[in-house]
Amino acid sequence: MIPSNDNPMTTATETKSSQDVALYLRMYRQMVAIRQFEAQVNDLYTRALMPGLAHLYIGEEAIAVGICEALERSDYITSTHRGHGHCLAKGASPNLMFAELLGKRAGYCKGKGGSMHIADPATGNLGANAIVCGSAGIATGAAFTAKHLKNNRVAVCFFGEGALGQGVLYEVMNLAQLFKLPVIYVCENNSYSEYTHFLETTAGEILLRATAFGLDAEDVDGQDVRAVHTTAKRLIDRARKGDGPGFILCNTYRYHGHHVGDINREYYRSKQEEHSWKTERDPILNLGKWLIEQKLADAPALELVGNELEAEMKKAVEFAVASPYPDVSEVNEDVYA
Amino acid sequence: MPESAVGTEKDREITFAQAVREALAEEMRRDSTVCIMGEDVAEAGTPFKVLSGLLEEFGKDRVIDTPISEAGFTGLAVGAAMTGMRPVVDIMFGDFITLTMDQMVNQAAKVHYMSGGKWKVPMVMRTTLGATRRSAAQHSQSLHAWFCHVPGLKVILPSTPYDAKGLLKAAIRDDNPVVFFEDKMMYKMKGNVPAGDYTVPLGLADIKRTGEDISLIATSSMVQVALGAATMLEEIGISAEVVDPRTMWPLDEKTLIESAKKTSRAIILDEGYERYGVTAELASVIATGAFYDLDAPVKRMGAMHVPIPFSPPLEDVTVPTEQTVFEAARKMCGK
Repeated sequence: MIPSNDNPMTTATETKSSQDVALYLRMYRQMVAIRQFEAQVNDLYTRALMPGLAHLYIGEEAIAVGICEALERSDYITSTHRGHGHCLAKGASPNLMFAELLGKRAGYCKGKGGSMHIADPATGNLGANAIVCGSAGIATGAAFTAKHLKNNRVAVCFFGEGALGQGVLYEVMNLAQLFKLPVIYVCENNSYSEYTHFLETTAGEILLRATAFGLDAEDVDGQDVRAVHTTAKRLIDRARKGDGPGFILCNTYRYHGHHVGDINREYYRSKQEEHSWKTERDPILNLGKWLIEQKLADAPALELVGNELEAEMKKAVEFAVASPYPDVSEVNEDVYA
Repeated sequence: MPESAVGTEKDREITFAQAVREALAEEMRRDSTVCIMGEDVAEAGTPFKVLSGLLEEFGKDRVIDTPISEAGFTGLAVGAAMTGMRPVVDIMFGDFITLTMDQMVNQAAKVHYMSGGKWKVPMVMRTTLGATRRSAAQHSQSLHAWFCHVPGLKVILPSTPYDAKGLLKAAIRDDNPVVFFEDKMMYKMKGNVPAGDYTVPLGLADIKRTGEDISLIATSSMVQVALGAATMLEEIGISAEVVDPRTMWPLDEKTLIESAKKTSRAIILDEGYERYGVTAELASVIATGAFYDLDAPVKRMGAMHVPIPFSPPLEDVTVPTEQTVFEAARKMCGK
């Protein structure tokens, strides 16, 4: 079983505080929650219960979790079309997310946003954005407010490596550094911009694009949640102190297609490549193995986490399925504040 | 303040540029979350000197020079507005709004709706419109129709110093993204502007001149053109009414329709491109709302469907003038 906090396991080489242990276990649970959430999304979509598209975060869980665990609830995030993981990691409720994914009145956006636009002021989520790089300005602006109002908040901008092709990213990194804004740009490089390998679209070195503006930039194994968290914490603490923006390049992998319907992928990547990422570099499997090695948890305890969260997500789906759609009369509400 | 001084203040005349500056200064004094950002807004006070003096009063934290990055600082303003600021961004020439389109159309305009009403974007974009400044094709366009097309945005076209001050103050207090177009040829125009606080509500048209025979429904720069044409028409016995919608959205359809019903004829004047433009929308409002009272088809007059040319004799024929409006109105009235 998972040991209690007052009896932390230690190894000869590493001493882990009870806080660290609690963090690792929380991050494990959160990554499993995202994976189980996305498994239900995949199921809903393949059963034709979900309208529109879904872009699954499976494989990339360590990034959202590692980063958001280093944030306060009042800190800001902006997310992407592949955003379910970010929203959950920042504290969103699966019930309200599934309701939104199904276009229901109870959803985060009253059914008006859907999968690609989950937003939640209560958890500092400024919104997922379906324009690639669309939220770079918004995140930078939230950091501008934090500095102006001196409210001690930090903003994190999640984006895929596809956004590296958008000019506005470089405009706002320049602004962020000029104004010393507390914003962290998190590039999730899952290797594929839709159906095209990033090396076909990205010249030079990615990190140099950030360091050119003077940002504190670091690359990290995006499949290692502890490494992501350590890097995030350093850059977030630094930004919060007023030392300026940061950039994290997370190397990761998207297990599924660009969206749920992208099934036949061999024209752009091999099954062997997918297999090796899933078996050798899976963030959940690897953290689980490490927790067992370190005697911080055992296999049955980790299995229980999976079972509990699967059941929780199924219940959330039931809530959403049973929820009513918005009334048609609501269509022109919320156009203007 | 002695009463006589108040009286003087009430009657004082200031320029359009001063009215804009006064609106900004008053709102910045009233609300510390109001800030200005844009290219050369601080020490330079913009190339048109509209913002001169604001840096000295409010400092560099609130009057912020940005790099030449319209998309970047407009996007930054969207996020700042969502999280507690009331930014006013300055886009030096209206032609440059094209660089901000994703931030305004896909972000600012949609955040409130997409979030089910949870996030708001109380920001203002100030920019310019208007030809005949010999600035050629990339510094002369009137592109306000682009924003009018997008739900979630409000669009303001002031035509007098009084309206400029009152509407800009209302725009800054509005909880939505508002785009405020200033005719750059009008900055030096003087008019009566009260010194104190007042606002002009969005969505309220103003009859700039009453008349009986024809309605000239004009926006921004075209209001002065319409008033000039109305004076010429009076000399040949035609009484023209000049109606200024003042805000394109929200739109005061009622006042426009009532004027057209009363006079039975309407010409729509707007400096944007005539094709697929503001004139088409307003003409449709009148054709639909006043159909049984009209004695002639509604006529539209806007910019020619050409890039604005540099050469003065070429540029001058691209937009309506007092003379061309006078001729059109005379013809419509059968004189």
